[in-house]
Amino acid sequence: MEPILQIKNLTHTYGIGTPFQRSAVEDMSFDVYSGEFLGIIGHTGSGKSTLIQHLNGLLKPTSGQVLLEGRDIWAEPKKIRDVRFQVGLVFQYPEYQLFEETVYKDIAFGPANMGKRGDELDRCVREAARLVGIRDDQLEKSPFELSGGQKRRVALAGVIAMEPQVLVLDEPTAGLDPAGRENLMANIRDYHRNKHTTVILVSHSMDEIAQNVDRILVLKGAHILMSGTPAEVFARGGELLAAGLDVPQVTRIAMALRERGVAIDPAVYTVRDLERQLLALRKGGAAC
Amino acid sequence: MLKDITLGQYFPGDTVAHKLDPRTKILLVVLYITALFCACGVTGYALLALCLAVCVRISRVGLKALIRGLKPVLFIIIFTGVLNLFFTPGDRYLLEWGILKISDTGLQNAVFMVVRIMLLIMGTFLMTYTTSPISLTDGLEQLLGGLKRFHVPVHELAMMMSIALRFIPTLIEETDKIMSAQKARGADFESGNLMQKAKALIPILVPLFISAFRRADELAVAMECRCYHGGEDRTKLHVLKYEGRDYIALLLGVAVTIGVIVLRWFGL
Repeated sequence: MEPILQIKNLTHTYGIGTPFQRSAVEDMSFDVYSGEFLGIIGHTGSGKSTLIQHLNGLLKPTSGQVLLEGRDIWAEPKKIRDVRFQVGLVFQYPEYQLFEETVYKDIAFGPANMGKRGDELDRCVREAARLVGIRDDQLEKSPFELSGGQKRRVALAGVIAMEPQVLVLDEPTAGLDPAGRENLMANIRDYHRNKHTTVILVSHSMDEIAQNVDRILVLKGAHILMSGTPAEVFARGGELLAAGLDVPQVTRIAMALRERGVAIDPAVYTVRDLERQLLALRKGGAAC
Repeated sequence: MLKDITLGQYFPGDTVAHKLDPRTKILLVVLYITALFCACGVTGYALLALCLAVCVRISRVGLKALIRGLKPVLFIIIFTGVLNLFFTPGDRYLLEWGILKISDTGLQNAVFMVVRIMLLIMGTFLMTYTTSPISLTDGLEQLLGGLKRFHVPVHELAMMMSIALRFIPTLIEETDKIMSAQKARGADFESGNLMQKAKALIPILVPLFISAFRRADELAVAMECRCYHGGEDRTKLHVLKYEGRDYIALLLGVAVTIGVIVLRWFGL
């Protein structure tokens, strides 16, 4: 797989030369591969938000580089807008950025800024709306008439409509009810599956990450604590807990069972895997 | 970038200037302004400048910070200076250049005007630098309390002022966030002519207003939930009390003001 984004020794320091000087991201390096679903997890203040704002050039690194398809995004500062079209960033609570009279016009804001017009623009808007589950009759409504969850879908569609190669989502399900969360995540999964694009999901919820991503990046205190597939990361559940982070509920059950002497793999992180393991144990005649 | 705006910024400190009762400071500023407008000669201005210098020294707010406060009004200062310089008729003309004439009175007026505005702004800034916005509104409310008898809604005005001050940083932060979000969708705030730049503000202003209204609504509900019903019979956690230093400061202030008026009498 080709790396689409390469982050090299990225450091970002706020308030240089003041008493409040502090590095939010320090010497981070990692690659994001084309077509993968990457999860980034970490506490508040671990540098997640600062990091993702570097991916589309909203923030300029204090030192280090961000390469998009092998090219430094800051090589030509005047063309930074093109980077923002290729790396779509959806902020936390994106519904607060809606401003147009109709849902359609709001979704069209991004692609229109790219210079798309006419049929091409219409296609982008309708496709994005369909991907996030906005019905055609809702397109002509004012975005402010919609419910919170639907506003968020509209905001998400506004970024998807730019057809970015990389979609970065900062806690897309924050503040939604459980059904809304699952619904939205299903939309995002579908989007990733159908468009074969790269998706980076930032989240607090270990369960959400565990169920969706191919690879996890764990941040702590401006550094990368660990990275790997969910199985690899959750196999180090003890370390995660020691770092003050959570593990998925299923993993926690597995860890607790193991502590009580059940021979079970603690790297399990989905209900189905746990079920399979427990059934295998029972067949094997182990004392449960 | 938006965070760099200084708007009546407060520098916390522990000096006498910080500890004075906010009412004292407001009254002192009123006296100071009165004196500034009474001063008519070099001695008067020098006396007031000396007072300001002493206050700045006591407050330990750097002179740099005070001068930085002058920046936003630099245009007004220059404008007043130039107007006075060229358009004051006088007995003797120092310089004539076409329609532009500089008279001796003009030069004198211009210098005094510029000094007056600068002293005025630095003095009032010194107050806001050493007084937190909350205690400043508290002080104002107490001072204007007497006007309640004339049905002036003093408490409501003070409450509005403190709420407005409280929300300035929040709104600045919010603007920053919305700007980033729209930039991520390719909004361009830098290039284009004036019309395009004005148009580019719509995607920021609409969400900003909506969120400001939402916040106002939420705050109103939260206040009502805690049984807020205006200023009647409302007591304070921190009751303002005049202390010895306040009386001394006020006495000194009155003395300086009288001094300036006396100097004016002698035309100094």
